[in-house]
Amino acid sequence: MSRILLAVLVVLAVPAVLVGYILLVETIVVRLGRKVAARIRPWLWLGPALIFLGVFLVYPTVATFRRSFQNRRGDAYNGFENYKWFFTRDDTLIALRNNVLWVVFLTGGVVVLGLLVAVLADRVKYERVVKSVIFLPMAISFVAAAVIWRLVYDLNPIVGTLNAVGGVVDAGPIAWLSTESINNFMLIIVGVWMLTGFAMVILSAGLKGIPTELIEAARIDGATELQVFRKISLPLLAPTTAVVATTVIIFALKTFDIVYVMTNGNFGTEVMANRMLKELFTNGQEGRSAAVAVVLLLTTIPVMAYNVRKFRQQEAER
Amino acid sequence: MTQVPVLVEPEIEAEHERPHKRRIRGPLHFALIAIMVLWAIPAIGLLVASFRTARATNGSGWWTALVPPYQFTFSNYDYVLNRAGFWESFLNSMLITIPATVLVVLIAAFAAYAFAWMDFPLRNVLFVVVVGLLVVPLQVTLIPVLSLFRDFQIGDFKLNGTVLVVWLAHTGYGLPFAVYLLRNYMGALPKSIFESAAIDGAGPATAFFRLVIPMSVPALASLVIFQFLWVWNDLLIALVYLGPQPDNHPLSVTLANLTTNFGGNWQFVTAAAFVSMIVPIVVFFSLQRYFIRGITGGAVKG
Repeated sequence: MSRILLAVLVVLAVPAVLVGYILLVETIVVRLGRKVAARIRPWLWLGPALIFLGVFLVYPTVATFRRSFQNRRGDAYNGFENYKWFFTRDDTLIALRNNVLWVVFLTGGVVVLGLLVAVLADRVKYERVVKSVIFLPMAISFVAAAVIWRLVYDLNPIVGTLNAVGGVVDAGPIAWLSTESINNFMLIIVGVWMLTGFAMVILSAGLKGIPTELIEAARIDGATELQVFRKISLPLLAPTTAVVATTVIIFALKTFDIVYVMTNGNFGTEVMANRMLKELFTNGQEGRSAAVAVVLLLTTIPVMAYNVRKFRQQEAER
Repeated sequence: MTQVPVLVEPEIEAEHERPHKRRIRGPLHFALIAIMVLWAIPAIGLLVASFRTARATNGSGWWTALVPPYQFTFSNYDYVLNRAGFWESFLNSMLITIPATVLVVLIAAFAAYAFAWMDFPLRNVLFVVVVGLLVVPLQVTLIPVLSLFRDFQIGDFKLNGTVLVVWLAHTGYGLPFAVYLLRNYMGALPKSIFESAAIDGAGPATAFFRLVIPMSVPALASLVIFQFLWVWNDLLIALVYLGPQPDNHPLSVTLANLTTNFGGNWQFVTAAAFVSMIVPIVVFFSLQRYFIRGITGGAVKG
């Protein structure tokens, strides 16, 4: 019972403390005069976020960066040894290649399908039903998703859904997860299944933010639905689409759970995050593991550069 | 314009339907239903498997169970629901997820507002760092953070192993995405509303709570959905920060412990998946009403 009481107390206290913090900040800042206030106000609003990020993400990242230049035991620096190891081996480069596949096809699939569902469902009465069905996989845990997709991909046509369908059209059973030319795509399909709901929810929220007057005006002017979509909805959704694409690209780079539970990186399906964990826990190579993490971080630079440019534009247009 | 935007009634939506839209209805319904079927099939397979014994699922396809003779069983659900500690861990999940969601949403909203509408040196650099942190794999942060907290103790209170540390960890890990999403949405709000608010003598706090928050409701609702879902389904952070003591374990950990180390008992995972899905789905349904056109009063330029 004390636990329930604690729960209620916490649910009320946490927002109260946070709102109280901002109100307190503003009461104090206002007394300091305009100039000083403008200079320190942003830092006080950012403060809580920066503290959390510093402790849980920045500090460990800096530690990882340092560790990537050290030897296995971590008692001496060994220059670029760990990076040389990463870039001169076939198996690590396969992991890098697979991450590229994930970035291209997961992002493409999720963004296109998410946009399609958000836009199409917006026009029908059963929108909530459609969105709920597409959202459902997001709520399923990875362990359960692995169970069900193993049933879908099972080699035995008596149990495996795909091979049973293949049996009907007289195609021989295919080993979906161990045939090297297709298995990466089979894993990416699982990712698309799980993440399309994510893109759909955010894009749908963006779509609802487009002023109705704009679309109505275009329709009155005789624009077809396709023209309305291409000339109005799509350009206005571009910033939201960029957010979704950036986030999915980063998910793709971090891909771990699906690969870990379904193939554990065997049959040429290795990805960097899984490799990193193997080096850390199975091989005890903390330095190499750190180097893989740093390479992963560096691959996001182009995406980040694109985002900075976008935000500059947004501010210039105000 | 300092007034809170009015929610447009859904009925107005219906009036916007125009006759000439009916022409393209056929392919539209077909495409939507096809996508729904494709998405539902794996989930239906999982649902059917959750009502079958392990032997039945291993011996024949799940679709064969859909025709008579029916051999469904509740034994998987019975096992999951009546396990010792099930309801305690359900409550623990709530106790972990709700504060962790509130913390992320509010703290990220403060930061996003500062990034979008305040001027300070290094703003863009700092923002890129925040978004860049999205890519840091959780697993690399665990060892440094754990050793940081290991020695943290005030009197008898130890941080490691408490629910508090799980809230803090989820907040830290959830912030990059939350700040990114909200900053993008808030940055697109029209400048004029802030100018008129300032003319009316409203300070940043008033503008934030009275204008920015109500106008960002669709973005906030999607953030709540995802953060809630991620924390609710999280296994790694709970395992690492709470340790082996079962008292504070959330549902995800208790249900993951159903399977043996050798991957046995996986049939219980199917039932467990549906049991633990209920709460996030309820959250999703109850927040769907905020995804209504016109909630921003037409003030957002997209």
